[in-house]
Amino acid sequence: MALRTEPFALNIGPAHPSTHGVFRMRATLDGEVIVDLEPVFGYLHRGVEKLAEQRTYTGIIPLTDRLDYLASMSNNMAYCMAVEKLTEIKVPERALYLRVILSELQRIASHLVATGAFLNDCGAFMTPILYMLREREKILDLLEMVSGQRLTYNYMRIGGVSQDVPAEFMPALQKFMAQMPRFIGEYEQLLKENEVLIARSRGVGILSKEMAINSGASGPVLRASGVQWDLRKADPYAIYERFEFDIPTGEMGDSYDRYRVRIEEMRQSLRIIEQAVKQIPDGPVKAEVPHLFHPPRGEVYVHIEAPKGELGFYVVSDNSITPYRFHVRAPSLINLTALREMLIGWKIADAIIIFGSIDICMGEVDR
Amino acid sequence: MAPANNPVLMVTLPPDWPGGFWWHLLVFSVIILAFVLSMVIGFIYFERRVMARMQARLGPNRVGPFGLLQAIADAVKVLLKEDIVPAKADKFVHLLAPIVAFAPALMIFAVIPFQSGAALADLNVGILYIFAVASVTSVGIFMAGWSSGNKYSIIGAMRDIAAIVSYEIPMVLAIAGVVLVAGSLSLNQIVMTQDIPFILVQPLGFLLFFLAGCAEINRSPFDLLEADSEIVAGFHTEYSGMKFAMFYLVEYAEAVAMSVIISTLFLGGWRGPWLPPWLWVIVKTGAVFFLMVWVRTTMPRARIDQMMAFAWKFLLPLALINLLVTGVEILFLPVTIPWTMVVINIVIALALIPLWSKIFRSGWSKVEV
Repeated sequence: MALRTEPFALNIGPAHPSTHGVFRMRATLDGEVIVDLEPVFGYLHRGVEKLAEQRTYTGIIPLTDRLDYLASMSNNMAYCMAVEKLTEIKVPERALYLRVILSELQRIASHLVATGAFLNDCGAFMTPILYMLREREKILDLLEMVSGQRLTYNYMRIGGVSQDVPAEFMPALQKFMAQMPRFIGEYEQLLKENEVLIARSRGVGILSKEMAINSGASGPVLRASGVQWDLRKADPYAIYERFEFDIPTGEMGDSYDRYRVRIEEMRQSLRIIEQAVKQIPDGPVKAEVPHLFHPPRGEVYVHIEAPKGELGFYVVSDNSITPYRFHVRAPSLINLTALREMLIGWKIADAIIIFGSIDICMGEVDR
Repeated sequence: MAPANNPVLMVTLPPDWPGGFWWHLLVFSVIILAFVLSMVIGFIYFERRVMARMQARLGPNRVGPFGLLQAIADAVKVLLKEDIVPAKADKFVHLLAPIVAFAPALMIFAVIPFQSGAALADLNVGILYIFAVASVTSVGIFMAGWSSGNKYSIIGAMRDIAAIVSYEIPMVLAIAGVVLVAGSLSLNQIVMTQDIPFILVQPLGFLLFFLAGCAEINRSPFDLLEADSEIVAGFHTEYSGMKFAMFYLVEYAEAVAMSVIISTLFLGGWRGPWLPPWLWVIVKTGAVFFLMVWVRTTMPRARIDQMMAFAWKFLLPLALINLLVTGVEILFLPVTIPWTMVVINIVIALALIPLWSKIFRSGWSKVEV
């Protein structure tokens, strides 16, 4: 007797343990194998871009906090840089250094969540993510020290940062810097050569070099595919040209490479912070910028290397106190472009891993 | 009915045992029920605390002294929850499934000896009975997955059936070595023969049985059927309240059962110095369970095809080799010196496992779908 089989549709999300928020994948499955997939998003749409058009330039900063809420500092920084470029404000040296230190700390924190969540998706029951959250807490403590917040910092200002760091910040940072390399080693010990992890993620969800470039991917996803592209080197902003660091890249562009690249990037971030702490000068931390101001008519696009990829802010000014148009190039959203091609032909279990290895933040995807 | 040679139980009861067959049945049923339930509660607490310790957190420590009553508080909570049956569910099967899954998990304990001869039934085909009964649980799990009318549930249920079909074979073959050495299928008899614990005589058998056992009771790294990061909660996605509690109970009752079986077959069961026999059973069971918890906290989850490949290409060949080696040894080695067998088997295990891992890793584990 010939059994008749047919593909069936399975909604993964929007309420699913592994969709990192409210992402939805409408998958067509043949048994466990994905034959077609349609990503659906918009469940977290808040209209940030439109909201920003009603707000003053300073008032937009809290909105940027809520884009990629795992990396608020980077968002703050990119937005402030955009307005500074538009208005031609010169930022004091010390503020630039503080921005670099804090956004690199933020990168480590974001990568910790990304790798932890990825390993959790692989089925390593909570252990790696709890170890990683432990160190993320320490980073959050540091960021709380400077801004008073643990998630949405609203710390950077147009023309610098809102206030200088407290006296106890630098010693606490030094202490953290001394501990962190050992902890990164600990994460590697945990699962780097684990047989099951390698079987699960090596060669799974390969994003070829060409595909990565054509789909506009950026950040660790692009670098894991073997493209040495990091805006900190390719188009140095702030003061990144003063620091020495490497760009870790992967070879195959599979999930395992993306995981490895993130771990390596944490090490590089530590290197940058170390140099920045040595070089940081004293002085003011904020240029004289009025609360309400009229930037000259014009448009500007500024991009930085956020933890998840190229984060760009496009601001159009019509010489009023609010932007005429405000647009965010969200790395999470654009990294998802190739998702369908990466997933088709793999099983559900792989789909979760591949999706997890891209590392998205729904706040940024839906905006 | 004379207690001395009961035809149903095939057990020689202790001469001072009061009453007859029914009395024996009643007493042991109560003992087993109490043992299983208290072990389950203990194991839930134990697992949560040990896992917490391994994961750099505290674990339950608020309810009762050291959080000991946490499992009971959870049980009360779950009993008070609304029992939701999905509209598209097959209602009768949905109700029946947890019961079908739970009963066999309890029945396994009927043949576990707590000390010499102290079992509900010392069947002379004890091991066969265990495997026959243990696989019935999967029927319950499949019923749950099917009747829920949820796609995640049915995927979980299908995975369970695939796992059970594959893993029963290496599991039984791994045990065959023990049976050959002991010369009996009765669990009590196997314990009696273990002057040296069989983990030393059958190191490879122990390893294979432990891994296959983890898969059989759906523990990490083979917990595919309720893989929470993939298919939400697998077969029990649609269960709530008391029915969910039953599945939770099954999960841990099976873990207790598997630990008890491993400690009986490989670690000498109730035998041991100083402590009373029943305490040895509990200590050894706890030790085996600790190993399972350890694996769970460390390992990522395997994929379904990798899991199948592991059963058919790794466990099965090794189990066959182990059986062959044991058979040859029993034929040719003098029975009086078991230590020769210990040395040979440990050497073989140490040589075979890396060798097979190498073969397995070099592309043989690939499955074309």
